[in-house]
Amino acid sequence: MNEDEIKKNIFQLLKKIAPDTEPSALKPEENIRETLGIDSFDALQFIIAISEKLGIEIPEKDYGKTNTLNDLVGYIKNKMGV
Amino acid sequence: MGEFLMPSLGADMEDGTLIEWKKKIGDSVKRGDVIAEVETQKGLIEIEIFEEGIIEKILIKEGTKVPVGTIMALISPIGVPLETKKEKPIELHPIEKKVTEVMPRETAEESHIKASPLAKRIAEDHHIDIKQIKGSGYDGVITKEDVEHAIEQRDTIDKEQTILKTEKTATDSEAIRFAIAAAMSKSNKEIPHYYLEKKIDLTKALAWLQEANQQRKVQARLLPVVLFIKAIAKSLVDFPDLNAVWENGLHTKKDINIGFVVALHNGGIMVPAIHQADLKTVDEIMEALNDLIPRARAMKLRSSELSDGTITLTSMGDRGADSVFGVIYPPQVAIIGFGSISEQPFAENGMLGIRTVVNATLAGDHRATDGLTGSRFLNVLSENLQKPELL
Repeated sequence: MNEDEIKKNIFQLLKKIAPDTEPSALKPEENIRETLGIDSFDALQFIIAISEKLGIEIPEKDYGKTNTLNDLVGYIKNKMGV
Repeated sequence: MGEFLMPSLGADMEDGTLIEWKKKIGDSVKRGDVIAEVETQKGLIEIEIFEEGIIEKILIKEGTKVPVGTIMALISPIGVPLETKKEKPIELHPIEKKVTEVMPRETAEESHIKASPLAKRIAEDHHIDIKQIKGSGYDGVITKEDVEHAIEQRDTIDKEQTILKTEKTATDSEAIRFAIAAAMSKSNKEIPHYYLEKKIDLTKALAWLQEANQQRKVQARLLPVVLFIKAIAKSLVDFPDLNAVWENGLHTKKDINIGFVVALHNGGIMVPAIHQADLKTVDEIMEALNDLIPRARAMKLRSSELSDGTITLTSMGDRGADSVFGVIYPPQVAIIGFGSISEQPFAENGMLGIRTVVNATLAGDHRATDGLTGSRFLNVLSENLQKPELL
């Protein structure tokens, strides 16, 4: 899976969590939750969804490494070994 | 004979529109069954029934808007024969024989309706209840024109309702805004609030949570708010006057049902109740949230979830304001607020350190309790959050 496909998956899942926002308009360094107005419950739902979709394990201590789009994509790439 | 009424789903609700009956005449119902769907300002709500029996009569037609307290159906206790259960087989059982004896009376009633045979046939063809039509003919006889007029009226209402349904989505947010406005104005007008705040050290609670979550699959992870809910419920056991309603005096509630404020994506809030939160484990509370929050946001809650709250919790999560001082949801007598969790300088035993803390607040109804009760409650709440393993 390349970076674009990872991003596509992220945007799809974020859109599901926050249907009234436009995740694909996120800037690379913007805080995802703040920009899209995602609360802690929805943030957990997103972590569950992305873990299930991409088959990766995101431990709670790593949540801080997934704040921006850049961070999240990098983290997932690292986890998936791509 | 039991009566099923349009329920009140909060101090702000005046009426509701019956959208669909989920049970029909002759169906048996038990406590907790969903009997109907009702459109309210808070969305399409599944209405539960709280008695056992058999639906004997349905009095309100789908699509009708009725005030709170209107009798919508009659429920006969189980074992009592139904007058309207014509389709039931007749033989063998003596009780059922009784049913057949009743039937002729029903038929006789129908034959008393003064209507021309043609009018009766048209009504039947169009599924119109002829008994509801007022006759304009000689001596009140229902004519063909009366029936046609009734059909026309019904079709117009149906059409209006279809239009209303399509316009509904746009007005949902507005309806919720008005519901909140009504409830909060009533609260501010009638309830003399007092406010208290306590800074609570969450270091132990969050360390426990982190440890617990490490052992859980991502789907079963807990959020800090689960500990808040359980700690509140546990603390309330010793403060029954805060778990109560004020309706011409203080009435304490046996069950501790915590109304949890859910912010909707398009603005507005819903406050579904987590039933008997004191008896639930933290995992069960998380399960309840996983169930309630998406349904609250989709505005698909059950009547008991909207009306059974005995106290409210509003929690800012991890990104909100430092403190929140709530407005009590009448007729409740208290609302607890949790601000966002943050690291702060914290002095203890003459030492200064950095701790993860949260500001917990209580807005209490001064008619029901005094600040001392509220203050003691916040102390116990803080103590309970220092022993997360016992929650």
